[in-house]
Amino acid sequence: MGVIDLTPGELLAGNFEQLEIFLISRLPRLLAILCTGIGMSVAGLIMQQLCSNKFVSPTTGATISSAQFGILLALLFMPASTLWSRAIFAFATAILGTWIFVWFIQRIQFKDVVMVPLVGIMFGNVIGGITNYLAYKYEMTQALSSWLVGHFSLVLKGRYEIVWLTVPLVVLAFLFANHFNIVGLGKDFSKNLGVPYNLVLFSGLTIAAMITASIVVVVGSISYIGLIVPNVVAMYKGDKIRGTLVDTALFGAIFVLVCDMIGRIVIAPYELPIELIVGILGSLIFIGLLFYRLKHGRKAIRLGSAGTGCCSAMPNLKGGADQ
Amino acid sequence: MHVQELTKQYDGKTVVDGVSFAIPKGKVISLIGPNGAGKSTVMGMISRLIAHDSGLIDFEGKDIGKWKSKELSKRLAILTQSNNIQMKLTVRELVTFGRFPYSGNRVTPEDQKIIDRAIHYMELEEFQDRFIDELSGGQRQRALIAMVIAQDTEYVLLDEPTNNLDIYHATNMMKIVRRLCDELGKTVILVLHEINYAAFYSDYICAFKDGKIAKFGTVEEVMTKENLSQIYQVDFEILTIAGKPLSIYY
Repeated sequence: MGVIDLTPGELLAGNFEQLEIFLISRLPRLLAILCTGIGMSVAGLIMQQLCSNKFVSPTTGATISSAQFGILLALLFMPASTLWSRAIFAFATAILGTWIFVWFIQRIQFKDVVMVPLVGIMFGNVIGGITNYLAYKYEMTQALSSWLVGHFSLVLKGRYEIVWLTVPLVVLAFLFANHFNIVGLGKDFSKNLGVPYNLVLFSGLTIAAMITASIVVVVGSISYIGLIVPNVVAMYKGDKIRGTLVDTALFGAIFVLVCDMIGRIVIAPYELPIELIVGILGSLIFIGLLFYRLKHGRKAIRLGSAGTGCCSAMPNLKGGADQ
Repeated sequence: MHVQELTKQYDGKTVVDGVSFAIPKGKVISLIGPNGAGKSTVMGMISRLIAHDSGLIDFEGKDIGKWKSKELSKRLAILTQSNNIQMKLTVRELVTFGRFPYSGNRVTPEDQKIIDRAIHYMELEEFQDRFIDELSGGQRQRALIAMVIAQDTEYVLLDEPTNNLDIYHATNMMKIVRRLCDELGKTVILVLHEINYAAFYSDYICAFKDGKIAKFGTVEEVMTKENLSQIYQVDFEILTIAGKPLSIYY
């Protein structure tokens, strides 16, 4: 599915030109899509569990905007920066941004769960604002726009390999799944079971931030996945991370793959950035989810009030991405 | 476990002031007292959830701060009021966490047996695959107690276990506390607001006032008209019902 038709038959038959396109563009793209879907949804899952808040995700937790800020810094200070040096900057700022956010929400102790993502969105927009200001000042807006709106069209062999980092990080997350669950149940709860709360909390956030940053560096910002996918899976499978991590990862991968296909079909042979498709589909699914929960179960009231907050936050999210 | 000259200050204000006592093993000990008397803070300190400023907490011959967190969690379990679980975990998954200090991520068949027993003991079999956030307050408390039973500790500390429960569930909770002590041989320490529950179901009462211990002794020793009137600053009458001294206050 692209400008040039590829068929499995000719590939297998050894059509050299087709094989080349396949290896240089199509295969990397597919792998990047899968890694993105898996990575973003797992990062969202970890952050939701650790903060015990269903509305926290890399987007609403300032992780993505921090990573973009890091990329800008790399572009400013090292104009000849390679993918790797940009990634290192993005890792550092993403981790730092997420830590500051979580440290902040722990100090304040909000009564209302909606406040946490709202503060995260505000914090993210502040960082985004600084990023934009610096980008304007040093005439970097064009260079930066590629990381503000996520898309797969620049994924080619040799410039996407960093997304592979998500794989070992997701495995790491799986190994510590029970730790994350226990920490999500509270400080006293984890101390009772002999789990070092702060250590697990901040290393978990580090894992989530690194996953996010490695995706932002290659693909750009992709919102919603970290928010929706874990929520949808948790509805059916519960919150035990060991039981849901694989489902979350698979569902996330399929979701992004489908979104990418839609983006390539709608105005073929051109393509729409994945961020746009995910944004549209994601917000629709999210609203659907809220209505579903309103109709079913006792938690309707709690989630209903939470929903108003999140819907009002949506224009914010999109506004940030469109600029 | 014994405690010497325990002190805690918050913002220069002393909330626990030179508290010393020894916990008798295999008994139920209730900490009572007016709001702000320091009982919950003491509970927090002897369960290592709150750091103490000065004094000594000797747990099984070793300072509580010197224990490895994991080792301690095999000997001492604490349930606080802040356990309002919003997560979609099943009862069984929660109880399984009680085995975490022992087996970590790998749950052995031996652990499964202990988990089964804990669920059976709390009569939660029919709920074990239900999500905790779908249960009633009483059932949720029982699930948490089942987790503590699976944790298999000698000491069980409960911070206001009857809080937010109606009379039926609160009374059942206290009966469970009694059984933990009598049938499973645990030392149970609780913070209680309801004096008569403390009087009826515990062996010892430790009464706090203004960050100090006002009285520590057997139920009969503490539950006198003079003691209670002095601690709570209201008038008390003591009646003996079913062989236990119960109080009426007005």
